[in-house]
Amino acid sequence: MSPRPTRLRRVSNPPVISGLRPYGGKAKEGQQGSVFLHLEEYEVIRLCDYENLNHHEAARVMDVSRPTLTRIYAKARAKIADALVTGKQVIIEGGKVYFDSDWYKCNGCNCLFNQPDKGVTPEKCPLCGRSETITRYESSNNQYRAEP
Amino acid sequence: MRVAITSTGQSLESRLDQRFGRCAFFVIYDTETGGVEILPNPNKDAEEGAGPASVQLVASKEVQKIVSGEFGVKIKSLLDSLKIQMIVYKEKEKTVKSVIDMLNNQ
Repeated sequence: MSPRPTRLRRVSNPPVISGLRPYGGKAKEGQQGSVFLHLEEYEVIRLCDYENLNHHEAARVMDVSRPTLTRIYAKARAKIADALVTGKQVIIEGGKVYFDSDWYKCNGCNCLFNQPDKGVTPEKCPLCGRSETITRYESSNNQYRAEP
Repeated sequence: MRVAITSTGQSLESRLDQRFGRCAFFVIYDTETGGVEILPNPNKDAEEGAGPASVQLVASKEVQKIVSGEFGVKIKSLLDSLKIQMIVYKEKEKTVKSVIDMLNNQ
């Protein structure tokens, strides 16, 4: 039997950098190697350590189970610790992820739009410019989103 | 800021195309200069992969918003990673000109 396929992790925004490079000390002597931090591992660090969510909340945001999230978190910390201690560079890439954003509806001009910057609520409709007519839109095809 | 609008024809009087990947033309409108660029869609009759190919085409024009009637299933995650906003506007009778007017009235 083949193993169960990995559930795609929801990532809100791609990271602002594609990696980190060490400097000083042994970094001069040559390449120590690199650590490949997956996008889902970046996201889990962002949610748990930057936004200070607990694992339950972060699991809901990334649309995975709480144990899966904790596993990704442990892996992410192990990789970052490895890079920090042994002086490797960090490259953020790969991972089983999809990018997602929320939908909003403007009742003024009857259009739907999404907000690519997550965490920011749109102030006005991008089409007609009105602000009082915007509502959150829950799409009907939420088959990938299970409430934990 | 540049906005891509899917169009059924080559003029601003044409109607809004209700499909994104296989629309006939893309109208690229620059809100600052008021400039308009009309691009024929090479993926109009593509059997598959029209959506992602069209995303690539519009992304190369550095647009930040896309106005269309409908987007396919493969498009959302692509556009989210490129930080391009999708505006779904299901008004078949509206012309490209009227959409541009709406964008200007903000």
